Amino acid sequence: MGEMEQLRKEAESLKDEITAARKAVQDLTLQDHVAGTAVVGRVQLKIRKTLRGHLAKIYALHWGTDSKLCVSASQDGKLIVWDSCTTNKVHAIPLKSSWVMTCSYAPSGNMVACGGLDNMCSIYNLKGKDGNVKVMHELAAHTGYLSCCRFLNDNEIITSSGDCTCVLWDIETGSQKTVFAGHLGDCMSLAVAPDFNTFISGACDYTAKLWDIRDGQCRQTFGGHESDINAIGFFPNGNAVITGSDDASCKLYDLRSDQELITYQDSSIMCGVTSIAPSFSGRLILAGYDDFNCNIWDSLKAERVGVLSGHDNRVSCIGVTPDGMACCTGSWDSFLKIWN
Amino acid sequence: MSSNSAGGLVSLQKSVKQLRFEAGIRRIKVSQAAAELKAFCLQNAHKDPLLMGVPSSDNPFRPPKSCALF
Repeated sequence: MGEMEQLRKEAESLKDEITAARKAVQDLTLQDHVAGTAVVGRVQLKIRKTLRGHLAKIYALHWGTDSKLCVSASQDGKLIVWDSCTTNKVHAIPLKSSWVMTCSYAPSGNMVACGGLDNMCSIYNLKGKDGNVKVMHELAAHTGYLSCCRFLNDNEIITSSGDCTCVLWDIETGSQKTVFAGHLGDCMSLAVAPDFNTFISGACDYTAKLWDIRDGQCRQTFGGHESDINAIGFFPNGNAVITGSDDASCKLYDLRSDQELITYQDSSIMCGVTSIAPSFSGRLILAGYDDFNCNIWDSLKAERVGVLSGHDNRVSCIGVTPDGMACCTGSWDSFLKIWN
Repeated sequence: MSSNSAGGLVSLQKSVKQLRFEAGIRRIKVSQAAAELKAFCLQNAHKDPLLMGVPSSDNPFRPPKSCALF
């Protein structure tokens, strides 16, 4: 087995090479650079709306591009599309499988998607002729649960799965255009870059990977977390990635210098991070935790500057409107709350 | 036994190929990355409602105080 041993040695030496290359560009740390910047003042957001209607744990939410409508998924077997300003339910869609773990709103507003323990991604047309919302497509091929899905456009969607892969689908034909394989653990979350050329995935192998959507190549892998990465997002300028993990910390990885720049953690926080979202400028990072709260971090100074307490159970999902005007939290307590 | 080794070999070859790719990417200096991150935050701060606060008159989630009936 000489060749295997040789390859193992080469792998180790390449890992050392990557570590050295990252260190070689570390002429300054982010902390050094922002030493003179003041921490932002205390951020106190108030609950403006409570969206009531789900009858069981909420697992996912996603804002529409108009910053008014949002979709939520609950294990009561429903997807609800809400008008967040009036709190009216625009659509209440019954699901074939109630074990839903993720939902997504298409950028066009024409469709929503969801999936979970059924291992499928179901696409629903919101703009059908007779006004009824029906299943338009069922994308089946994953051999594990669907943990996250995000539309690129009305005909393409990316999914992440407990089978350790992510997939780019052609919705019309139901076929897998590209399979992104490489993670060694369940893929838990994904986020698409603002320019739609790349996406990032967080997994139970404790790493985040950056993928080229068109050629399927994994371009970069980021480690450092000491447990599953449950949540992932892009910094608004597309040059950095934020992650939330079961190790109770969030991290910011810079893509162009290929390394972790900062960790958001506090000795008083001992529970996992379930969800994460940046504010419009990226200066604030909002993260949902297992302890029923959401912490607001100053992204540059890594200090906690606010807390959102209002849920009676785990905060499972969070999202900031595309226009930055408000943040929505979804919880196992069955409620969604809008804050600003 | 031999098919297991073949599977393990292919998997290792893929890992090494991927690591070679990742080792070869171009990296910019952290000082430049940090400067641009900070600049982006500061330049966009005034456009960030959660950071700046939202005056109630402009808040789509807050009902208007008065109600005009025509």
